[in-house]
Amino acid sequence: MSDKLITALVAVVGVPLVMIGYIWATEQVLRIVPGRFKSRIRPWLWVAPAIGLLGLFLVYPTIGTVFRSFRDSKNESFVGLDNYAWFFGDQGAQSALMNNVLWLVLLTLFVVGVGLLFAVLVDRVRYESAAKSVIFMPLAISMVAAGVIWLYMYQYRPPGAVQTGTLNAVLGAFGTGPVPWLQVEDFRLNTIMLIIVMGWMWTGFGMVIISAALKGINPELLEAARVDGATEWQVFRRIVFPLLTPTLAVVATTMIITALKAFDIVYTMTGGQLNTEVIANLMYKQMFSFGQYGRGSAIAVILLAAIVPIMLINVGRFRAQEAVR
Amino acid sequence: MTAAAPAEQVRLGRVGRVRGHITLHTVVILLMVIWAIPTIGLLINSFRPAAEQTASGWWTAFFPPYQFTFENYAHVLAQQNIGTNFLNSLFISIPATVIPIFVAAFAAYAFSWMEFPGRDALFVVVVGLLVVPLQATLIPILQLFASWGIAGSFLAVWLAHTAYGLPFAIFLLRNFMGSLPREVFESASIDGASPVTSFFRLALPMTVPAIAALAIFQFLFVWNDLLVSLIYIGLVNPDNLPLPVVIANLVTSIGGGTEFLGAAAFLSMILPLIVFFSLQRYFVRGIVGGSVKG
Repeated sequence: MSDKLITALVAVVGVPLVMIGYIWATEQVLRIVPGRFKSRIRPWLWVAPAIGLLGLFLVYPTIGTVFRSFRDSKNESFVGLDNYAWFFGDQGAQSALMNNVLWLVLLTLFVVGVGLLFAVLVDRVRYESAAKSVIFMPLAISMVAAGVIWLYMYQYRPPGAVQTGTLNAVLGAFGTGPVPWLQVEDFRLNTIMLIIVMGWMWTGFGMVIISAALKGINPELLEAARVDGATEWQVFRRIVFPLLTPTLAVVATTMIITALKAFDIVYTMTGGQLNTEVIANLMYKQMFSFGQYGRGSAIAVILLAAIVPIMLINVGRFRAQEAVR
Repeated sequence: MTAAAPAEQVRLGRVGRVRGHITLHTVVILLMVIWAIPTIGLLINSFRPAAEQTASGWWTAFFPPYQFTFENYAHVLAQQNIGTNFLNSLFISIPATVIPIFVAAFAAYAFSWMEFPGRDALFVVVVGLLVVPLQATLIPILQLFASWGIAGSFLAVWLAHTAYGLPFAIFLLRNFMGSLPREVFESASIDGASPVTSFFRLALPMTVPAIAALAIFQFLFVWNDLLVSLIYIGLVNPDNLPLPVVIANLVTSIGGGTEFLGAAAFLSMILPLIVFFSLQRYFVRGIVGGSVKG
């Protein structure tokens, strides 16, 4: 037990002390540095812990993955672009790619749209914190639990049987037959149902971030506009929305990346069956089920390549923001 | 314009406002109900006997005969060492939340308010790492931990979770710190404040809303994580396993026994919900607006 006690002390007291101590120590080191070098060295000391950790735990394995993507499944020989050719020639991989596009568009619209709507509306009611908690709560659950929760929602029994799934029971109340939600491939309905589960989980994320930004807006600004006769819609459209744009971009970027990496929900709920496959699950299967490390690595590299343009757009936006601040 | 016109306008305005209020409350409450129902359904089912769960929907529990049971929870709690696993989860989650916040805040401050060559390019690379799929890093990192002799230790997962959480943490904090008013830092610098003072006295307090939000997300990510703990701890030192891995094992070992999963999921949800409620008060209006007024 004393072992645990020491761990607890280290965890709660030691770790923050080390963190604060680090920055304090950098200032002490800088004291002995000649004046004009101080401001050149200081930024690097501030970013060093982050860069070190990222280099070791993300960059180094990623570079390994890039090299690995040009080699065969047993890592015995160089195969050039074979693994990439497989990805772009395989029908299953193309279907997964298509699903990811669907995830990207629908999940982002869902989370930004509903998150913004809810953040703005809930700012005006007295039960704000209760309402926010309800929307945020799904994010507190693990994805496995969320999957199970929604398996109950989507549960399907043949027509005539008692429907224990909530959605089909509701349909039954309106006199419509039950729908096997996760088995309908037409219009990729099953994928859309999976995206809804993810949207249900992540809307709270969008709402919390947007709401924090909303509360950072100076209320006097809004009051002044109202006094000048602006309607609530005009106040939102002309003042609140433009001020929120950077925050909405943060949420949208996060959701695009989440959509590209979508894995757990698919893995738990359908396993990628019936055309619900996504590229992250495909990668997992290639690596851990089929032992195709080369192909799996190629998928990881493609995933990586997909995000670069999104990040570049964001940097352009940062520069613009920099100019006006 | 006649004398009646302003009065007419006022009355119309009031009617419009009342109608607006009704719409507002209807939409908010409707969304709340839609969001709550899936979880409530599982919560209610977690208190129903297994046979009942498969025979009828959760909503029938509201009508007699009332058949509730603690059996599912008793079954989960009777599993060995669940208390230890709960403690392990805390030992993993707290430092794995605190470390990335500090490391990211240092970096975000440098990216926002210090000049250095290659700053923006470096920032792009850092945030670009958001897309690195965890699965692609597991095996090289496990080999690394093994060669350092820390595989299976808490330290290993602290470091791994910190690194995995950093791109988003830096992205969020940089975005928030970068939008703080420049004058605050300029006047502090003119008054002779060192960057360390500016950071702890100005930047950090003004970034509290973003840090609170970040703390919640990082904590939840770590607390709910299955894969990282499973690979870095589970393969080497099962004594250090956190709650979700144990619950996941519980689920898969029962085989289709979803009646216990509801109870297990709700046990693992308790702490994250406490964290959320206790940090919510930090989302107060005008922290940024308030600090430039004086």
